[in-house]
Amino acid sequence: MNRILVMVKQVPATENVRLDAQTGTMIRAGLETVINPLDLYAVEEAVRLKEAADSDLRVDVLSMGPPQASEAVREAIAMGCDHGFLLCGQEFAGADTWATAYALARGIATLGVFDLILCGERATDGETGQVGPMVGTFLDLPVLTYVSRIEQIEGRALVAHRAVEGGCEVVRTSLPALLSVVKEINEPRLPTLAGKKRARRADVAVLGAREIGADQQCLGLTGSPTRVVKVFYPTLTRTGRIVSTETESVDACVSELVDLLKSLAIREEGGRELK
Amino acid sequence: MTRGVWVLGEERGGTVHPVSYEVVAWGRSLADSLGEDLTCVILGEHAGGQAQELVYRGADTVRVVGHPKLAVFRVDPFARIMSRLIAEHCPEILLAAATTMGRTLMPVLAAKLHLGLTADCTGLEIDSKERLLLQTRPAIGGNVMATIKTPQHRPQMATVRPRSRQPLPRDPSRKGKVVAESVDPDELHSRVTSIGFRPDRTSEVPIQDANVVVAGGRGLKDARTFKQIFALAQCLGGAVGASRAAVDQGWVPYSHQIGLSGKSVAPRLYLALGISGSANHLAGMSASEVIVAVNNDPEANIFKVADFGIVGDIAEILPALLARLARPGKPGSSKEGHG
Repeated sequence: MNRILVMVKQVPATENVRLDAQTGTMIRAGLETVINPLDLYAVEEAVRLKEAADSDLRVDVLSMGPPQASEAVREAIAMGCDHGFLLCGQEFAGADTWATAYALARGIATLGVFDLILCGERATDGETGQVGPMVGTFLDLPVLTYVSRIEQIEGRALVAHRAVEGGCEVVRTSLPALLSVVKEINEPRLPTLAGKKRARRADVAVLGAREIGADQQCLGLTGSPTRVVKVFYPTLTRTGRIVSTETESVDACVSELVDLLKSLAIREEGGRELK
Repeated sequence: MTRGVWVLGEERGGTVHPVSYEVVAWGRSLADSLGEDLTCVILGEHAGGQAQELVYRGADTVRVVGHPKLAVFRVDPFARIMSRLIAEHCPEILLAAATTMGRTLMPVLAAKLHLGLTADCTGLEIDSKERLLLQTRPAIGGNVMATIKTPQHRPQMATVRPRSRQPLPRDPSRKGKVVAESVDPDELHSRVTSIGFRPDRTSEVPIQDANVVVAGGRGLKDARTFKQIFALAQCLGGAVGASRAAVDQGWVPYSHQIGLSGKSVAPRLYLALGISGSANHLAGMSASEVIVAVNNDPEANIFKVADFGIVGDIAEILPALLARLARPGKPGSSKEGHG
């Protein structure tokens, strides 16, 4: 194995997001941003593979976003990635998952041939988890989602665990392949001081639509099959009944809860209803 | 000309997984709004044997693609077969459950066929003027909802969050058509092969399939108290969930974590004990059918989504509740009564 690519995204530090009451759009001014927390696991896995490799293994990191998204790329470099790239330009703006994946796939094809492409399972802002599998498909690679462990890489074959409903599926694939990874896979390291210094000095190459040979019709809002109709705050209100042990006895409160549980006829393990 | 609403059923362990009936229910209401037929496609090994069940739950047509090599989901053959069926029948809408299968297969199809796809929807309806599918989903930690449409590309595709709606009641008098689809051996090739499956070690119900989730948070104060959550879950035949705080404290493993940074659940009953209800946590459970919260802080966010809440001290309430539920011997086994 010679070369790994990690895809990362810069996201708002989630809980601080506010909407503009008039326009319904996200207020971006002053918004704190971080590298998508789930991407750190992909970066860590790539760096571990590099450290464990017998021969030279190069790890590239690629992102797409506004100029400041280069900060997310630098965070990955600080953790041990070698080279950083950013897809940036007006033509990429407003992309949905399809157009984002198209651009990233074009970017990857431009950067060269990779044995392994890693990404986080989803980003904490959009939370779609779609871009990874889409990129793999555009590049005609085998796609492994929800990877919780890379068990073995031998020659051109990789064995991995996938965290799926009810357990863990062990799968084998040929390389190159695209893997989206979940939190169980490792514990991301903190960047070292030397790593941070290196990241500050590193040259993050910016690529535009022309450099990646993209079809302009497939980029940004123009290239996006989906459109946002509206964005709104969810109504956080159910008209629930709230009782308090300040005004009622613990027994009375608990009795009311038990009555509710009975009325729901929740089935117990044995298939018997709670009576 | 595109016709009809399609949903993708799911076979797991040789049987139709109940999440299939949820997507059928979603598809049924859209098909009715459009005045179109509802088709459920299911790929698997034994799915054909239960195709009639999908009709009873609301499908007009069930297309069964049965083959031993389709017993386990593998994205290459599933995407190839679905691509062919979509090209042959041109459905207007295609839905799948946002399971690990749906969230893998649908993006691959979207990229292959140049289609729009919206992930993890909790609301779907038809815009009556344009006859477009309006796809509503939570984003940014559940702080924001977005409604999305796909103006040009067909089928319009969405995955729907499991447990975000109930299946339709089973109606054995419903009539429908079951069509056995052929499989070309060339379609079965896969670059990824499954070489084993290790079920979760715990004998508990998988948390995302559980009817009841009993979740604990920081308010439980220590690991010993958290053990009572397990006892309560057992009483109710449910699974154990936890807030990020409880997991970070090391009281329970990460696999129990509910929320944006963990798992999303929507059980019939969600009991949140000592959980304040951060946006992160609410994103993973607010679609639950009935939410019960116990917390000592009357201002806690969790009460805003609760159907029933008790403001009080967990250390008093939890033992009292356990005592009421855990009768002598096996929980609830005392009286077989009809009361």
